Amino acid sequence: MKIGVLLKQVPDTETRIKLKVDKSGLEEGDIKWVINPFDEFAVEEALRFKEKAGGEVVIVTLGPPRAVDSMRQALAMGADKGIRIDNVGAHLDLFMTAKVLAKVVEEEKFDIVFGGKQAVDDDCAAVIQYVSEFANIPHVSPIETFECSSDLKKATVQRPVAGGLKEIVEIELPCVLGCEKGLNNPRYASLPGIMKAKTKPIAEKKSADLIASGELKVQTAGWALPPERAAGKKVEGEPEIVVDQLVKYLKEEAKVI
Amino acid sequence: MSKLNCTDFYDISALLTEEEIMIQQAARDFVDNEVLPIINEHHRNATFPKQLVPKMAGLGFLGANFPAEYGGAGLNNVAYGLLTQELERGDSGIRSFCSVTGALVMYPIWRYGSEEQKKYWLPKLAKGEKIGCFGLTEPDFGSNPGGMITRAKKKGDKWVLNGAKMWITNGTMADVAVVWAKDESGKVRGFLVEKGTKGFAAPEMKNKFSLRASVTSELTFNDCEIPAANQLPGADGLKAPLSCLTQARYGIAWGALGCAMACYEAAVAYAKERVQFDRPIGGFQLIQEKLTWMLTEITKGQLLALQLGRMKDKGTYTHTHVSMGKMNNVKVARECSHMAREILGANGITDEYPVIRHMMNIESVYTYEGTHQMHQLIIGEHITGIQAYR
Repeated sequence: MKIGVLLKQVPDTETRIKLKVDKSGLEEGDIKWVINPFDEFAVEEALRFKEKAGGEVVIVTLGPPRAVDSMRQALAMGADKGIRIDNVGAHLDLFMTAKVLAKVVEEEKFDIVFGGKQAVDDDCAAVIQYVSEFANIPHVSPIETFECSSDLKKATVQRPVAGGLKEIVEIELPCVLGCEKGLNNPRYASLPGIMKAKTKPIAEKKSADLIASGELKVQTAGWALPPERAAGKKVEGEPEIVVDQLVKYLKEEAKVI
Repeated sequence: MSKLNCTDFYDISALLTEEEIMIQQAARDFVDNEVLPIINEHHRNATFPKQLVPKMAGLGFLGANFPAEYGGAGLNNVAYGLLTQELERGDSGIRSFCSVTGALVMYPIWRYGSEEQKKYWLPKLAKGEKIGCFGLTEPDFGSNPGGMITRAKKKGDKWVLNGAKMWITNGTMADVAVVWAKDESGKVRGFLVEKGTKGFAAPEMKNKFSLRASVTSELTFNDCEIPAANQLPGADGLKAPLSCLTQARYGIAWGALGCAMACYEAAVAYAKERVQFDRPIGGFQLIQEKLTWMLTEITKGQLLALQLGRMKDKGTYTHTHVSMGKMNNVKVARECSHMAREILGANGITDEYPVIRHMMNIESVYTYEGTHQMHQLIIGEHITGIQAYR
């Protein structure tokens, strides 16, 4: 099986995000970059599938050179090789990003593609759906379980739906699957794994070589940080009065009860 | 370029490879997720968290700087040092377990053992299927191991051991002990004694106030007969066990930094939060003086350990260089733990914070693997050419 993983490098969720002085984007200096946490589930599921079905796991990342660190992390976990599509100087929206990735999915003829259900930086949850559309293969997202038939022709996956219900979906391969928390427990990179990772190949492509440039459908108009949190309200006095007051605030202002 | 995920005031990261940084990160993640949540419980109950052994083995932490053909991860010495640093940031007992396995059990078998011994033991030790210990110190011979009274007598195709060892990490749970004893000519030789051998016992030493999450034992040999094939053929004289200690002390030079960083980081966090006289105590000069001392000494210790590691990788180091690393960095860690405990005030004596545990642990590290003073005298001998300790 040729197993593809769409992996995005994102700022660590504990990073304190700062904007550039001219507000044209993020100040990247202090950011610690990590694998998108949902993509870690994708890497793990791909590795487990490879352990059962054989074949190879290919990490596909669209990103600048720094993204190689996260790709190496996935290679250290056990993936076999990587393809990085350099996006330095390229202006890509979600649509174009997906066009590029879909092109790679087609070229590589993946039997199955795992990705995180969304990236935690922009939370768009759109790219894997676009990719499946452009590559003309089916998709399910988010998935909480994954089981492949013994002939490796179709997979059964479980998808959470409203009200705590579960939807059980049978899907034909090749397909794209968006991975949800709880699907698995991503492994640690072992020390021998880290040592081997440096010798695993990461091919480099330019996004311009994969797709013709097109009009962006979505343009970023600007960036703003969330407003500073307003100071809390403190209720003081006799308990009987304070409790009533507090309940009133929680009901009418905070609207949490 | 990624950065170390630990105290790194002088941008040590810039002196490391991507791989070395990844290894530090991997070890740190492991300690954060697997060691720190359970260590207090084991420390309170004075038990070693044996459940970590297969996990650490699976990640390649045991014998990490050994070549892959013997089950190691093939790390260079700097990456190995960063691993011991992170393990000791968790607990000195966990780092001690890994040090003993790699430097004191796998190393002598690898360097002095027969091909059969290597093939049989090294992969099993690296995989954590077998646990080992190292018996050199005796009740009456610590800094002066050459005076040991444990004896090995050849009897046909057997060796017969008599004597006792003390302060042996892992002893009671070990499947194999690397034991050092004098033969009839007075020459120190190494032997592999397996658990369950008649005449061999390894009772645990209880009531320690330090390294509580680590097993410490006595080893006793009463007409203990072992096959001649269990002798380490390449070990000829006291130099053999001393060479193992050099390996272990190297890991300690880095490990101690982990202890120091844990204490420093706890002290900084506390000093920023703890308010007295209407402001964080971190704003007081006497606290800042301590924090500054700690960060400066940790930084110096990192540079010392890094260069020591690079020299070890190039093969240009001597045991005297290792002595300075162990001596200095353990001393720094010991001082840091005391200062951190002072900064934490009364909270410094509870195990809600890691400081008191590290402070008690480092007392062992200060005097084991060559006391602080022995290392001073080893360096003194190097400087003057005159041996002061005999």
